[in-house]
Amino acid sequence: MADINTHDQSSDGGAAERKQIWKVFIILSLITALEFVIAFTFAHGTLKVAIFVGMTIVKAFYIVGEFMHLKHEAKSLIWSILIPCIFVVWLLLALMLEGGSIFSVR
Amino acid sequence: MAATTTGTVEPKMWMGGIEPMKASYGKLMMWFFLISDTFTFSALLVSYGLVRFSYTAYAGEVADFTFSNLYWPIPEKVYEAVPFLHGIELPLVFVGIMTFILIFSSVTMVLAVEAGHRMDKASVEKYMLWTILGGFTFLGCQAWEWAHFIHGTESGTMVREIVNGTWIEKTIFGANLAENQYGPPAFADFFFFITGFHGTHVFSGVLLNILIYYRSATGFYDRRGHYEMVEKVGLYWHFVDLVWVFVFTFFYLV
Repeated sequence: MADINTHDQSSDGGAAERKQIWKVFIILSLITALEFVIAFTFAHGTLKVAIFVGMTIVKAFYIVGEFMHLKHEAKSLIWSILIPCIFVVWLLLALMLEGGSIFSVR
Repeated sequence: MAATTTGTVEPKMWMGGIEPMKASYGKLMMWFFLISDTFTFSALLVSYGLVRFSYTAYAGEVADFTFSNLYWPIPEKVYEAVPFLHGIELPLVFVGIMTFILIFSSVTMVLAVEAGHRMDKASVEKYMLWTILGGFTFLGCQAWEWAHFIHGTESGTMVREIVNGTWIEKTIFGANLAENQYGPPAFADFFFFITGFHGTHVFSGVLLNILIYYRSATGFYDRRGHYEMVEKVGLYWHFVDLVWVFVFTFFYLV
């Protein structure tokens, strides 16, 4: 089995790991707070949406990479997760174009 | 683990007996289930985007905004209520609180996993309880949101529509799957479906967390020698948080 039975024998009792966890929490909170500021200051439009999508992807990288530990897993596992998400990107682009077309026809 | 033969068999990466991705079967299967769930939520969110942008967006000043079934509403005008503060307009404050609660419960979940790595049973219990509490709090908040959304505001919205061939005017209060006071019917439909799917995942996640808490507290994982199950339900819980991050962005901010 994978190294589940070799327990962390770090001398500080895991303090370094916990510090990293709280650091990621602070980063996520700051990005969310910034999103709120942008929500109320920017004008509604494509730029605002693009900024939000970008910030959400950054948050996703922190949650998936650090909280779900994917950044520290084997490369093959990382790619098994990331490559199928290309289908999602395709779906998003295709259907946004569709939505625009329907809007034009309405 | 290899079959007994007269010679030694060179282990090959993909021929069994080795973990090619250095993760246990259970962990791998949880990851692959999460990919399938990602597709489900992506489909829901992308179709929301499609339908949303097929409607006219409100083009005027934010201050002059009123609800209408002819254009998609501005989120900060729909979600501006906070419990116990009736009548005060606090746009997006409550959903911000909900986001903070869920992210915080994800942090306590990671801390539980980290404690499991050190076989620290007491800390695992403590952090699992915090995570369960966060989950239940989020569900309570979401229930309040739904109740308020369904009930509607005091003034409601006047709409004109054709019924049996003639134009009639009526006032709609609140929301259901057929009509709502905030915007086109699809607005409420998607709200209920997407937050409902997400809420169901939160609920099942809380149930799993309770089970794993019970198993930890009774020493089951201590006897087993590892707390990997905490890690596996942790993956599910973080996924739930991740979905909320996307739902929050696309429903409440865009």
